[in-house]
Amino acid sequence: MTRVYDLAVIGAGPAGVAGALEASLAGLDVVVIDAAPRPGGQYHRHLPGSFHALRPGALHHGLERFMRQWEALRSRAEILLGHRVWAVERTGGDAAGGTAGAAMGAAAGAGDTADAGDTVDGTVGATTDATVTVRCLAGDREERPRAVRARALLIATGAHDRPLPFPGWDLPGVLTAGGAQALLKGSLVVAGRRVVVSGTGPFLLPVAAGLARAGADVRGVYEAGGRFGLARHPLLAAGKAAEAAGYAAVLARHRVPYRGRHAVVAAHGEDALTHVTVARLDADWRPVATRTVACDTLACGYGFVPQLELPVQLGCATRRDADGTPVVAVDAGRRTSVPGVYAAGETTGVGGAELAEAEGRLAGRAVAADRGRRVPPLPALARRVDRLTAFARALHEAYPVRPGWRDWLRDDTLVCRCEEVPLSAVREARRLGATDARSVKLLARPGMGWCQGRMCGYAVACLAGEDPAAPRRPIAQPVRLGDLAGLEHPPSEG
Amino acid sequence: MPDVVVIGAGVVGAACAHYAARAGLDVVVLDRGPVAGGTTGAGEGNVLVSDKEPGPELDLAVLSAGLWRELAGLGGFEYEPKGGLVVAEDDEVLAALTALAAGQGVEHTVVEAGRLTDYEPHLAPGFAGGVFYPQDAQVQPMLAAATLLRKGARGAGRGTPSLRTGVTVTGFLRDGERVTGVRTDRGDIPAGAVVNAAGTWGGEVAALAGVHLPILPRRGFILVTEPLDEPLVLHKVYTAAYVTNVASDSAGLETSAVVEGTPSGPVLIGASRERVGFDRTVSIPVLERLARQAVELFPALAARRVIRAYCGFRPYCPDHLPVIGEDPRAPGLYHACGHEGAGIGLAPATGHLIAQALTGGRPGLDLSPFRPDRFDPDRSGTGTPAKEG
Ligand SMILES: Cc1cc2nc3c(=O)[nH]c(=O)nc-3n(C[C@H](O)[C@H](O)[C@H](O)COP(=O)(O)OP(=O)(O)OC[C@H]3O[C@@H](n4cnc5c(N)ncnc54)[C@H](O)[C@@H]3O)c2cc1C
Ligand SMILES: Cc1cc2nc3c(=O)[nH]c(=O)nc-3n(C[C@H](O)[C@H](O)[C@H](O)COP(=O)(O)OP(=O)(O)OC[C@H]3O[C@@H](n4cnc5c(N)ncnc54)[C@H](O)[C@@H]3O)c2cc1C
Repeated sequence: MTRVYDLAVIGAGPAGVAGALEASLAGLDVVVIDAAPRPGGQYHRHLPGSFHALRPGALHHGLERFMRQWEALRSRAEILLGHRVWAVERTGGDAAGGTAGAAMGAAAGAGDTADAGDTVDGTVGATTDATVTVRCLAGDREERPRAVRARALLIATGAHDRPLPFPGWDLPGVLTAGGAQALLKGSLVVAGRRVVVSGTGPFLLPVAAGLARAGADVRGVYEAGGRFGLARHPLLAAGKAAEAAGYAAVLARHRVPYRGRHAVVAAHGEDALTHVTVARLDADWRPVATRTVACDTLACGYGFVPQLELPVQLGCATRRDADGTPVVAVDAGRRTSVPGVYAAGETTGVGGAELAEAEGRLAGRAVAADRGRRVPPLPALARRVDRLTAFARALHEAYPVRPGWRDWLRDDTLVCRCEEVPLSAVREARRLGATDARSVKLLARPGMGWCQGRMCGYAVACLAGEDPAAPRRPIAQPVRLGDLAGLEHPPSEG
Repeated sequence: MPDVVVIGAGVVGAACAHYAARAGLDVVVLDRGPVAGGTTGAGEGNVLVSDKEPGPELDLAVLSAGLWRELAGLGGFEYEPKGGLVVAEDDEVLAALTALAAGQGVEHTVVEAGRLTDYEPHLAPGFAGGVFYPQDAQVQPMLAAATLLRKGARGAGRGTPSLRTGVTVTGFLRDGERVTGVRTDRGDIPAGAVVNAAGTWGGEVAALAGVHLPILPRRGFILVTEPLDEPLVLHKVYTAAYVTNVASDSAGLETSAVVEGTPSGPVLIGASRERVGFDRTVSIPVLERLARQAVELFPALAARRVIRAYCGFRPYCPDHLPVIGEDPRAPGLYHACGHEGAGIGLAPATGHLIAQALTGGRPGLDLSPFRPDRFDPDRSGTGTPAKEG
């Protein structure tokens, strides 16, 4: 008999772990699923042991806190690391959400819905008889399919990097900001490298500071947005003075120049990166003057894209964040528009690890309350989320991506690296009558390749003249046909 | 004032515009979205003669297959005359399949069990035999539609049809019964004639003119694999069950995978058929069934990864035939919609016949099976009355 958890949490970053812990402390039977072999999500996972001791106080504190939560969670919940989720389905339950899925299950002769009514206790709420099936692929090379069922689902899948294309961005040595963060895992790799950091947003600072501290020769931090330099960095205005000062001190100690209104607009090299063109930008990010900087590594990031494919699969409503990015729409308890499905962290708006954790806690408590557990109100937590959300909005407004980056591109600049689609092909698609990202993709193939538009989706939408839409990916992760074909009898859990 | 306004920049509207322009007419194409953004952007691109029972649709398909071959000369889109292989699970099915092939009167070769791997080296063992149809082909439908609109007519020395995207038709201009143009959210456009090529939304557009067309959505999912380094599937390959599924009236789920390789490397596996309205919610059991059928045909596919799946809504008429021709209930309004799962294949013939009708020529095919008013209950015709799911 298949075990049905009270709550499945996808994502073991700050949001997922905090949510899972709150829910299990309230007495729920919880399972946490993450694709990565280690917990921590985007940020905490990538910090190597030796590196922890070197963090400035505030961040060190953040990591300690996360590890304490993780330890507490491990003894209370089921943990499935190394499990990639490729699909989520909701079956049974209320007519509105359940009919199509139930009919489908019956048509396929699958046993998925047969025991949907096996509720053991008298818990309340509209969510009691609907269940969510989380389809995973466990393991790395020897992957095998596994299905996990639960009565509620918390989606805390975070965000991925948002690069912008420019000539040479496909050269070896050019990394995303997140990719550079991952490099730090083995500090040996970083030491001695000559690195340039470019892009926009507050996360450039920790990346540059981390690289400098790990022994890299950071040749410069080029922030396309900020006009005022470090002294008037928006982090200061937002009351994060200690954090910002910490980074500034590290950069100063390592003599790393920081330039606002500058960006890397081209990368050069035969087979690998040798130097970059740095441009001074006007207010719209059009290059005004350029020079070259020698380096072998470039870390580049223009913000983050929330990973929405799983909530979109379930039909959760989305909304546009302050910068136009689609995010999951949630209420104060982080409930999505689909009963029994909750979302927290960067999927509901990019705002940093602290906010993600607080949102996760709210979600975990709401799930427990909705499932009939006694959860005392915690108004301070809600206020904290409000405050951090306002801070995140201020940062979004301080770091908009300006349209002038399109002037960095040449006709032959690849917009989509997977399918090798140059800018000229995107322009041709527009001449043929493509007026949005989807039709550009249908006519010119950007986003059809391995990463399914995760890297180029934002740029293609901008080039097509629209705000990016929530991604529709019925298959969130590549899955072998043989595994897909053999789903009928999911191995029983527990 | 244009001679013709075409509503819909899908492959059918593009073909209508193309042939009308070639016939010397001044054509404007309107779409509320981009070019090929409707079902044409969610289809697979099979141009099949193999899957049709003898009758009006097969006649249309044969005409169309020839026209696609000719249109491919325009360049600008992939066209692969790769041929289709239909395989039979057992002797009984094989007998039915060969009998069908004999009745169709299209070019084919009966393939005995032992020769199947000459056609498809990776095909699973155990099939009773099959039929090979050399005329079955593949087109990239989105680029084909865009090409037909853009440079299509230039070859014949006439002006190109003009395309206006982002324009929604909201009603019709009338002179008594007669349709004399369209109303849009960007103003009125008077025209000599109007073609309704709105695909799955053709019924809604017809309703704006006060006429009934029972066009319903029939959902289909397609799986796309990672690019393969060496081709595993050489033709379009499907089992005989596909033919009965296509013709089925059932609202329930039916799948019978059509498997094929593409020039860019991925293998396409399509497509399911079910009537669930315009519901986009992912149905894992449907994807699972498609995968199973594909692996049953080509066991080596089991180790390949699916990286993408998508769905679309076929424009479905109760009698599985498209609606083609002038509407006697609203003269001046021509319909070219409701092609269900064959609109890409049937587009050129549809466009060709519509252009003949628009210019007062004698249509090259009898259009009566495709009459727009065949579903009216008070008409005693050959049409089946509308049957709702
Ligand atoms: C370079 C960089 C520097 C940063 N610096 C800071 C900083 O200084 N201060 C700060 O506050 N924040 C910083 N951040 C942001 C911080 O990482 C995020 O705010 C935080 O991690 C968001 O938490 P989350 O729980 O929402 O998502 P994440 O931490 O991203 O966790 C999501 C988890 O979900 C898993 N997952 C996603 N999809 C699937 C799937 N389909 N199947 C299974 N598992 C899946 C992922 O493996 C991941 O572990 C930085 C981020 C980056 C990339
Ligand atoms: C999964 C799947 C697989 C398929 N595989 C194949 C195949 O292999 N071979 C094949 O031949 N066929 C296939 N089909 C069917 C084929 O895709 C359709 O029959 C065909 O695309 C229909 O083309 P169309 O031009 O009539 O409609 P569409 O492409 O849908 O075009 C209609 C256009 O009308 C526009 N429109 C609608 N209302 C208005 C309005 N009021 N104002 C302005 N514009 C409007 C829409 O925006 C749309 O762009 C498949 C379909 C699906 C779903």
